[in-house]
Amino acid sequence: MKNVYMDYSATTPVKKEVLDAMLPYFSEHFGNPSSLYSIAQESKEALEKARGQVASLIGAKANEVFFTAGGSEADNWALEGVADALKDKGNHIITTKIEHHAILHTAEYLEKHGIDVTYLDVDAEGRVNPVDVEKAITDKTVLISIMMVNNEVGTIEPIKEIAEIAHNHGILLHTDAVQALGNVPIDVDNMGIDLMSMSGHKIYGPKGVGALYIRKGTKISNFIHGGAQEMKKRAGTENLAGIVGFGKAAELAKENLESHINRVSELRDYFISEVTSKIPDTIVNGSMEHRHPGNANISFEYIEGESMLILLDMNGISVSTGSACSSKSLTPSHVLSAMGIPVERIHGTLRFTIGDPTTKEDIDYVIEKLVEIVQKLRELSPVSREKGWE
Amino acid sequence: MAMYNSTVMEHFTNPRNVGEIENPDGVGVYGSPVCGDMMQIMIKVEDEKIVDAKFKTFGCGSAIASSSMATEMIIGKTIDEALAITNKQIVDELGGLPPVKIHCSVLADHAIKSAIYDYAQKNGKEYAGLEGFDPNADEEDHHDIEEEE
Repeated sequence: MKNVYMDYSATTPVKKEVLDAMLPYFSEHFGNPSSLYSIAQESKEALEKARGQVASLIGAKANEVFFTAGGSEADNWALEGVADALKDKGNHIITTKIEHHAILHTAEYLEKHGIDVTYLDVDAEGRVNPVDVEKAITDKTVLISIMMVNNEVGTIEPIKEIAEIAHNHGILLHTDAVQALGNVPIDVDNMGIDLMSMSGHKIYGPKGVGALYIRKGTKISNFIHGGAQEMKKRAGTENLAGIVGFGKAAELAKENLESHINRVSELRDYFISEVTSKIPDTIVNGSMEHRHPGNANISFEYIEGESMLILLDMNGISVSTGSACSSKSLTPSHVLSAMGIPVERIHGTLRFTIGDPTTKEDIDYVIEKLVEIVQKLRELSPVSREKGWE
Repeated sequence: MAMYNSTVMEHFTNPRNVGEIENPDGVGVYGSPVCGDMMQIMIKVEDEKIVDAKFKTFGCGSAIASSSMATEMIIGKTIDEALAITNKQIVDELGGLPPVKIHCSVLADHAIKSAIYDYAQKNGKEYAGLEGFDPNADEEDHHDIEEEE
């Protein structure tokens, strides 16, 4: 059976060049970068090389990149670290309703500890209105945290405009760029970003490694306490092989950024146009203008997402769904809900994400199977265009 | 999909008794697309016996499998026998459902009873098995019925 992976926003395979770069750092160059003897120096140099590679991808200085155990840790650190460091200045954070749970659940945790949080609405395309950001600012606001690219619908947020507003009010701007990294051009100076979360495994690097960009001079408390690693800001013996892999993946992402965006978005546009023309009653969610190059988030009316997902899986196709039935909590996607999409339509929503290994043959195979599966499930469904939803 | 056993997968991928009956003797609709599951079951009754049943379901794999199994279980049964079927029996016949999916069997059980209720209403009949049954009860009220560990 053919296997087609179309969930590159969930994770990506480690590229061969990345794996090759990592392998020597497990058994051969295993020295602890904090040690003083020569074999440890090799580890230290590899660590700093990787820091430079990640910094280069985002237009930062190497000493502004702090490695973490992933995007979630970076998000937790940014919110908790700033809330703590600036507690004498204020206790208000502004974020949005469509953030990743690493932000939302950290914000909820902070609310239990005396921090006020404003969760901004988004428009029907999932975009935050900078005017709403400005209106939400109070004299207690210490941080604005808004994701650069949404993970479900791929909407790109107006970070540069929001950063300008933040700085006009003397407020720090954090952005969760886990989905954006390697998929949209990022320049922290040009965009006015003070803090930014990144992850290795979304850009063909390994899992379990990420980074927080912290602009020089930004006040932030430590999150992981212990040794003096990461310029005394993040304790713990470095995940050296992982960091080397993340660095290599960042280097490749920078080299390939333009061709990656062009190729992936072309395949994505083809996929969307074929699906919407071959399958009636399909709706593309999100913005077509401000969109992650590989993202196609599509609602199929009158059927449910988990049943589609399973039938696709039986045909070797991997996708994800916004349906409640697939989640352990049985709650529908908070992102699609915030965009005002009716719940019955959310249940029938799939997210397809295209990546570097995806081919046109893959896309054609998925379209062929999707047409069959949607038809089969619609024949089973008591709701239809003729009957309506009731 | 590792989350479902082979019986559930078989009923999901090759569901039995899909469709609608012309001039059905009873129709039961339960759930709503807003909740993520909606089932319609139609029955044909002759001499107090369910001679045919058909379903249409909007929902996840276990909702479709539960509907398919439920219709299999009631065809050939008397009304009283069909009313005695519990959601637990539907789960058992399916060889088990994941804990978060038990409510799908509750929906199927409720849809069957709704179809029989409709038949009883139309024909002025009363059944002990329908005592206290409210076809319009909120789906939420049934979420905790006979859940498995």
